[in-house]
Amino acid sequence: MTKLIIILLSAVFINNYVLSRFLGICPFLGVSKKLDSATGMSLAVIFVMLMATAATYPIQIYLLDPNGLGYLQTIVFILVIAALVQLVEIVLKRFVPSLHKSLGVYLPLITTNCAVLGVTILNIDEGYTFLEAMVNSLGSGLGFFLAMVMFSGVRSVLEKADVPKSFKGLPITLVAAAIVSLSFLGFGGVIENLFA
Amino acid sequence: MEAILTAVIPVVIIGVICAAVLVIAAKVMAVKEDERFPAVRECLPGANCGACGFAGCDGYAKALCENPDTPTNLCIPGADGVSRQLSDILGVEFADVVEQVAVVHCSGDCEHTSDKVVYQGIESCAAAKLMYGGKGSCTYGCLGLGDCVKVCPHDAICIADGVARVNTKDCVGCGLCAKTCPNHLISLVADVERVVVACSNKDKGAVTRKVCSNGCIGCKKCEKVCPLGAIKVVDNVAVIDYEKCDNCPDFAVCAKNCTVGCILTADLSGMHRVK
Repeated sequence: MTKLIIILLSAVFINNYVLSRFLGICPFLGVSKKLDSATGMSLAVIFVMLMATAATYPIQIYLLDPNGLGYLQTIVFILVIAALVQLVEIVLKRFVPSLHKSLGVYLPLITTNCAVLGVTILNIDEGYTFLEAMVNSLGSGLGFFLAMVMFSGVRSVLEKADVPKSFKGLPITLVAAAIVSLSFLGFGGVIENLFA
Repeated sequence: MEAILTAVIPVVIIGVICAAVLVIAAKVMAVKEDERFPAVRECLPGANCGACGFAGCDGYAKALCENPDTPTNLCIPGADGVSRQLSDILGVEFADVVEQVAVVHCSGDCEHTSDKVVYQGIESCAAAKLMYGGKGSCTYGCLGLGDCVKVCPHDAICIADGVARVNTKDCVGCGLCAKTCPNHLISLVADVERVVVACSNKDKGAVTRKVCSNGCIGCKKCEKVCPLGAIKVVDNVAVIDYEKCDNCPDFAVCAKNCTVGCILTADLSGMHRVK
């Protein structure tokens, strides 16, 4: 149980996908302008990360590894995740139109998002069990959510700030992202010591 | 060769399975979409201005397809052309669009009012408004930093002499400026209305007079001369009820009799004082 909590918390804070591993930067910079779109995007990411892990983990363990096809991991995962997200979109559109409406725009955007692919591959590399892999995916998704929501707050403040002309737009956003990322360094070593 | 095949075949198999599942799912769980929707959506200008009262052009197109009672004349930027196309597609009677234009309820230009402070902050009305209500001595008036100019999709607004002015020829009546103005000085009126109160100062006459010589002093003279009872002084500023103002037998009588001249008449070239 302690191990699961450590996995969850370190996925959220220490190994934050956006701010420490620098995966999923594209949606992080692209969709973090407004709080509601940032929330929608992050919820879609959490959802897809869990689905993708649930689908790819068995494929790796029962299909690729026994047949010595481990080197096909990347391409097979991309294929499966892309198909899975499309399938989820079709199912949602049919049965949960309201959820499709709020997540719908973001789902196709993250079909081959590197954060999603990164989670599934790192789950295998770390040698997690299925349960641990799912917890790690949830934590990674929550970490993405945290980073997006925090950063949309930072950006809404930036919008009102009087920025020098040469820094306006993307440059100051990148500077702000770097500072937020630096602040997450402070979490290093905290989680392990919580349970020591 | 064998090594290539052992890699390619599993990927192909997985790909084919995924494709088959997707094809089946798309067929089984297809959602019926109104076949008129793409045609309707194509007619609308796609500015997503929200003047129709729906969430963007998609929302309006959806409402048109689903609910036959939705009026086809709600798209103000599209005007009569769009309304006619929509009624052709949907098979309903053509309804005339009442074109709207934005009008600015302030005429406190550099000549008639003055600055109380030198403002050196961010070039934005919203920011300036936070600093003691802006740099001008009238806190109700145009802040003159052009938030409306920035938001206008058709470049129909400019700041001239410190006051926002709408070029009615270019204005499509989307109302984005009205939503943006922090002092709520801009409103939309039907394009046929031609009398506008160009002041929003709610202070008493004497106070208004001190800050702006164009300000409405609430003398109620316009109330008395209006033959239709369409103009009323509310909170020390004249307000026109455009429903009553229609077909005025004595056009612009209020403007002609205004003591300070803050009631303007407007035509395609802009707003004018009568006197």
